[in-house]
Amino acid sequence: MSNSPALHFHGSAAIAGTPIFDPLDLDIAAGKWTCLLGASGVGKTTVLRLLAGLGDHIDHVGSIRTSDGQLLAGRISLMAQTDNLMPWLDVFDNIVIGSRLRGDAVDGDRAERLIEQVGLTAHRHKKPNALSGGQRQRVALARTLMEGRPIVLLDEPFSALDAKIRAEMQELAAGLFAGKTVCLITHDPGEAARLGDVIFVMNAIGLHSVTPPSSPVIRPYDAPDVLACQGQLLRLLRESS
Amino acid sequence: MMRALRIIGVTMFILSLWHLLVVLTGLPAFILPSPARVGMALIGNLELIAHHASVTMAEVMIGLLLGAVLGVATAISLAQSPIARVVVRPMMVLSQALPVFALAPVLTLWLGYGLWPKIIMALLIIYFPVTSAFFDGLMQTPRGMLDQAKVMQARPWQIMRHIRIPAAVPALASGLRLAAVYAPIGAIIGEWVGASQGLGYLMLLANGRAKIDLMFAALIVLAVLTLLLHASVDRLCSYVVRRQQA
Repeated sequence: MSNSPALHFHGSAAIAGTPIFDPLDLDIAAGKWTCLLGASGVGKTTVLRLLAGLGDHIDHVGSIRTSDGQLLAGRISLMAQTDNLMPWLDVFDNIVIGSRLRGDAVDGDRAERLIEQVGLTAHRHKKPNALSGGQRQRVALARTLMEGRPIVLLDEPFSALDAKIRAEMQELAAGLFAGKTVCLITHDPGEAARLGDVIFVMNAIGLHSVTPPSSPVIRPYDAPDVLACQGQLLRLLRESS
Repeated sequence: MMRALRIIGVTMFILSLWHLLVVLTGLPAFILPSPARVGMALIGNLELIAHHASVTMAEVMIGLLLGAVLGVATAISLAQSPIARVVVRPMMVLSQALPVFALAPVLTLWLGYGLWPKIIMALLIIYFPVTSAFFDGLMQTPRGMLDQAKVMQARPWQIMRHIRIPAAVPALASGLRLAAVYAPIGAIIGEWVGASQGLGYLMLLANGRAKIDLMFAALIVLAVLTLLLHASVDRLCSYVVRRQQA
């Protein structure tokens, strides 16, 4: 994915006259994981929605630029906290929904490979209601990959999972999204410390860049430098609130 | 099994109450015939009642089918097109201010004494509940699904087809359940205004000839058929919704 661009977000946002955040500058590195860590209500999801082109109701004063100068639309895929799977479609049909929604031909072989990669081969014909929370997020992950977009926006996709499944999903996602420009919104300092090539803490005052551990992602959750970084991030989160 | 026993129990209870009422009040048979007399009238006129019942049920089924199709089509176009919403929706609400019953004589005038005025009556009476239930469902697609579709650069009609319509199927099912109860009302009113066949016609005829037991027999057959229709539509809808999501 050498064509994954870097993104630069600049500006402030307000919704229906209520300011969400003051002007800020967010640099999302090309082909890497950028983690945006913040407490609930600080506006990190608003940033993500603006990046995703879902900001119709948000007054954004500023700009979003890509390093290659091309438009963002059509080069982004989104994975949210809720999996947004269609309950009436089975695993396969959920994964290829993007092609169906655009009226494109469905690449069934690719979908089957992705189902295998996320370990759901045995569940291929099941509908979401028959899957566990972790399995559902695997479907969402495969659907995101199926889109084949160079930029991936992740809005706390693992936060509703239990600790064990969350760690597995982080590892799976880190492997499968390698080379893509990833922006991960999270409120979990441990997640940011494990996954961030670049880490920002967002609070009421603005953005703070934090030096991530020097080891490459995905980092072991129990390495001393990861734990130290996690502690530092938690401290920043608490100070800012 | 328990269900069947319960239905039989409730039926027996109502029949006993009815019988008791007739015995205790001493009402003459031309005001309230006893269940036994009505039963006799039912058995004695089985062929006649069956014929008229089949006519009524044909009107109801066709009206139900056409009303559902028309309601579904209207709801989809309303949901898809903001212009349609601005133009058509006030008209629909306004049309509800006009009692459908009042249209029955006009329909008979225009369409004659055959099946069609009754079918149209049944259709009109269920059109609004079906349209309104399905439209509400179409407008309440979960936000996240629509966001996902937008990021995927979906086309509006594909969103309708692959997300909004399937997501609104449970809402449509509740509209259809209501419709199954309303449709016979429309058909019967149509028959009262002008008909030569059907349970509504039979009831008027029996009433005019003071065959009150026959009138009650027709009434009971109508009630049972309506219940059966509702139960079948309910079962079918539940089955479809369950199949859709599991």
